[in-house]
Amino acid sequence: MTALLIRRVVRLVVVLAGVSLVTFAILHVSGDPVALMMAEAPEADRAVLRETMGFNEPLPVQFVKFLGSTARGDFGNSFFHRAPAMPLVLERMPTTLLLTALAILIAIVVAVPAGIYSAVRRGSLVDQAVTLAVFLGQSMPIFWTGIMLMLLFAVQWRVLPVSGWDSWWSLVLPAVTLGTFSAPLFLRIVRSSMLEVISLDYVRTARAKGVSEWFVICRHALVNAALPLVTVIGLQVGLLVGGAIVTETVFAVPGVGRLIVGAIRQLDFPIVQAGVFVIALLVVLVNFTVDLLYVYLNPQIRVR
Amino acid sequence: MAIRSLAPPDLTVAAAREPVAERSRIWRKFVRNPAGIAGALALLVIVGAAVAAPYVAPHEPARQSLIRRFTPPIWAKGGHPAHLLGTDQVGRDTLSRMIHGARLSLIVGVSAVVVSLVVGVTLGLLSGYIGGRLDVVLMTIVDVTLSFPQLLLALAFVAALGPSMVTIIVVLGLTGWERYTRVVRAEVLALREKDFVEAARAMGVTSTRIVMRHVLPNTFSSIIVMSTLQVAQAILQEAALSFLGVGSGSAYPTWGQMIALGRDFVSVAWWLPTFPGLAILVTVLAINLVGDRLRDALDPRVT
Repeated sequence: MTALLIRRVVRLVVVLAGVSLVTFAILHVSGDPVALMMAEAPEADRAVLRETMGFNEPLPVQFVKFLGSTARGDFGNSFFHRAPAMPLVLERMPTTLLLTALAILIAIVVAVPAGIYSAVRRGSLVDQAVTLAVFLGQSMPIFWTGIMLMLLFAVQWRVLPVSGWDSWWSLVLPAVTLGTFSAPLFLRIVRSSMLEVISLDYVRTARAKGVSEWFVICRHALVNAALPLVTVIGLQVGLLVGGAIVTETVFAVPGVGRLIVGAIRQLDFPIVQAGVFVIALLVVLVNFTVDLLYVYLNPQIRVR
Repeated sequence: MAIRSLAPPDLTVAAAREPVAERSRIWRKFVRNPAGIAGALALLVIVGAAVAAPYVAPHEPARQSLIRRFTPPIWAKGGHPAHLLGTDQVGRDTLSRMIHGARLSLIVGVSAVVVSLVVGVTLGLLSGYIGGRLDVVLMTIVDVTLSFPQLLLALAFVAALGPSMVTIIVVLGLTGWERYTRVVRAEVLALREKDFVEAARAMGVTSTRIVMRHVLPNTFSSIIVMSTLQVAQAILQEAALSFLGVGSGSAYPTWGQMIALGRDFVSVAWWLPTFPGLAILVTVLAINLVGDRLRDALDPRVT
């Protein structure tokens, strides 16, 4: 158990170093970061910037320095906001986290009952409708789903605000949009793990004892189907954040995603790097936690 | 059929032995399913329209007409018979732009997957067959890549390299390879211990030859299925990049770009974002259906 924990922590550190390298590469992949930042400036100005930013040093030296400042959370000043990039990103983090959490909640509330029902009544009309809905949901571009919901609820029926983030009502459309993005995946996982568990001996034994059907499903089957769902939510957190970036842009939600997309349009690289790093850090930490949780929840691994 | 269902799953190996019988069996299994057929037909229509775009599109996609701006679709009030799906803010024909938009989506989707496929399968074979320290290094790289949302990484690198179609293909390709590596690696690890590989090794066949002749062909069915589904994902990602404004950088219409423009006019012209989105939905759905049925058809355990 301790050896396993140490191995996981070592891997965490190695992965974080890799994440920093990729973040570093964003600015240097084009060959000349200065040309990227000030395309129209005269050569003399560029040379000055190159010197002050330390771009004349060898790349490995620059990377080591970058690692140092990354560890301190210092990604330089935003060109556009003229303020340190990191606090600007962190300031918007709660909004993105709230949006993502609401979406996961909506997806679970929809996917778990629907997944259980279609597994229990396998092959029924409802099951077929659910399968079709999963296929449709997975084929919809998320930004289009958002615009269609906006068209119906905000433009046509005028029951919800078009965009913004100023009242609880304005959270509804973005959260539902991001929720429809993750629900199909959750549903598939719940359905297939329920199908796997439902025919096992101990479930049949419980039924034979005369325990009521819903008790069997909730107490015996669902508990075991929960583990894969937790894993998938953990593994898919990156995908969800990707969806959040798009959703924030559609509904003008002032989160990290919208900040990054705006920064990309203005070639404001300190913000882009800080944002990409923070999101990757979040994904890595969630995966790490899920990994540990998995070890803790799964007795087969825990004993070893 | 009953006998076949009792056969062990190892019969995948039979694919190499009697290709003709196996292929016709796969075909029969695929054809039996109406959803797969519907997907394949829809895909055929879309690919056909994309290839013949200049001939089947009713108008030039770039031709503007200020008198006919914001013409609604033909069935709505104020629709014009020349514009089946209406026109945009400068009077360009929606349907024609959608037909031309199919080209970029399909080219980018397929090419990006080819890039991921070549990189991912090669690394997966190396990682699984050679193993050891190389395997540890490659799996760490996979872990690092998986820490970034693909869209975010693609967004940052396309912006840094300057938007162009080639950049999008390469960036989407290089951010989507790890799935292939993981699946191929897992299959190779399982195959490596099989008797027929053992036998080949005992006969003194070189490692390269074992991998190319005996291991690789046995991973084909999972690679084909995965690639189909990955094309669908790549099309969605390309559309998202275009929507976020780091598209191909050209004036040629793309579905994502059309939706982004349509968003600004959503209150006056509902058809502008709606139809290009439906085009993406139908294309991706068709590919997903085909991929899903292909998986069942290629799986000898499913009869």
